Amino acid sequence: MKNFLRLNVSLLYWVLVAPFKGQLFQISPIFRQMVFIGVRATPMVALTAFSIGVTLAMQAAHSLQELGAEIYVPDLVMVTLLREMGPVLIAVIVIGRSGSAVAAELGTMKVSEEIEALEVMAINPIRYLIVPRFIAMLIMLPALTVLGNYIGVFGGWAVCHFALDVTTAGYIIRALESADTWDLYSGIIKSAVFAWLIITIACNAGLHVEGGAEGVGQATTAAVVQSLLAMLVTNAILTALFFFKA
Amino acid sequence: MPDSPPVVEVANLVRKFGERTVIDNLSFTIQRGETLVIMGGSGCGKSTLLRHIIGVIKPTAGSVKIFGDEITTMNDRQIAEVRRRFGMLFQSGALLASLTVGENVALPLSQHTDLSSDEIEQIVTQKLQMVGLTGFNHLKPSEISGGMRKRVGLARALVLDPELLFSDEPTSGLDPIMTAVVDKLTLELTRAEGMTAVVVTHDMTSAFRIATRMIMLGRGRILAQGTPDEIRTHPDPEVQQFINGEADGPMPLNLSQDDHEHHPHVKARPLVSAQHRFRHKMP
Repeated sequence: MKNFLRLNVSLLYWVLVAPFKGQLFQISPIFRQMVFIGVRATPMVALTAFSIGVTLAMQAAHSLQELGAEIYVPDLVMVTLLREMGPVLIAVIVIGRSGSAVAAELGTMKVSEEIEALEVMAINPIRYLIVPRFIAMLIMLPALTVLGNYIGVFGGWAVCHFALDVTTAGYIIRALESADTWDLYSGIIKSAVFAWLIITIACNAGLHVEGGAEGVGQATTAAVVQSLLAMLVTNAILTALFFFKA
Repeated sequence: MPDSPPVVEVANLVRKFGERTVIDNLSFTIQRGETLVIMGGSGCGKSTLLRHIIGVIKPTAGSVKIFGDEITTMNDRQIAEVRRRFGMLFQSGALLASLTVGENVALPLSQHTDLSSDEIEQIVTQKLQMVGLTGFNHLKPSEISGGMRKRVGLARALVLDPELLFSDEPTSGLDPIMTAVVDKLTLELTRAEGMTAVVVTHDMTSAFRIATRMIMLGRGRILAQGTPDEIRTHPDPEVQQFINGEADGPMPLNLSQDDHEHHPHVKARPLVSAQHRFRHKMP
């Protein structure tokens, strides 16, 4: 925990303070990480989001048909997707894909003395290794969430169009009427917070690996489990803050 | 040059890991232009000593001065400042696996200088040529042999033209010809260009070829020090056993697992000590 907080503090220093002291971070490693964390994850995110959209629509239809309120299917899909399912499930995908990979990569670098070598070459490992991954994650997870929202809504439309009596125009109108921009923004805020948690937990686990291949395995597991838990708990807290008024 | 200050000055250095004293009150100095070879059996604290000098580990007690400044009390920024002035070759090479050979060698240049990419490429090619690896720029470290990786590590250590070079076993894993090439390179850089070198090695041929002064460590202390000739004729039987590579002598041949844990000649193996700890915890 102490290490985790210290990592956060030095990350904030290198991202927010150091650029104004003339130590600007390099752009090209950030783009490389953005491709790895974001662009390469799009097929998985698309498939996940489409499945969620379809599932939500089917479940909504099942309940709403009994009430004769099929017309409200788009509302349910839209709100659930933007507020909860989109940010959470896409974060799950990114944890499984990039969180584990970052922890394993940094852990292997630690074990094979690469991080020590960087320090001895007077290259700060936080600045050289962590900052690009941090910024890339902070940009790409919200971006993937927005993409996932689109595709999920498309999945919901597919069910309405092919299986239910909802027209395309009706779907679009209901969808737009039911959700306001805050639904979208709250989801993006959530995913930005998740991005922060995922990447700092993964980097912290990787940087503090000890004891060879076994340690790398343990750190990777720890990174995935911890970030999943942290993400879900934070999601509950954020939902309480944003939407729940008792 | 007796009037110029020593490049490295180690005084009363002590380092304990738990109850085990790995470095026991070591003192020595390294003058500019010297090639100091540090020898000693596996686990006698050579690498630990090196890590203290470059400021990776803090000592339990004592002082380490490098270029006249105390490194044990410096903050991270001051240490980084000092580290730009020396090169370090790691035992494993410690290349970044995600970068190519060329990018690895270029790394200190791209991080610490404002040279254009053309100039960097030119220097990188020249340094790789020095270690006999022309045309390997675009391979990944995983695609070359262990000995090549070590030579790339050496090229990277030399890329900023350091005043001081630390090498942790530079010739282990190299064939005899490549060992000679690396030794010749070290000699050229120290004798002709005045670089100071600190070399940790087991390789006696190489050690006697390059050293201007030698230190032999054992049980965390200096067993012997002097010029290569003085070491060759040193009266201590332990030193003779080591430099002649004899299996039996004052240094024990067979150690039990418990000795492995506690014998000062041998590094504790993490797995063994973990098992010990585990057993202690069992009801």
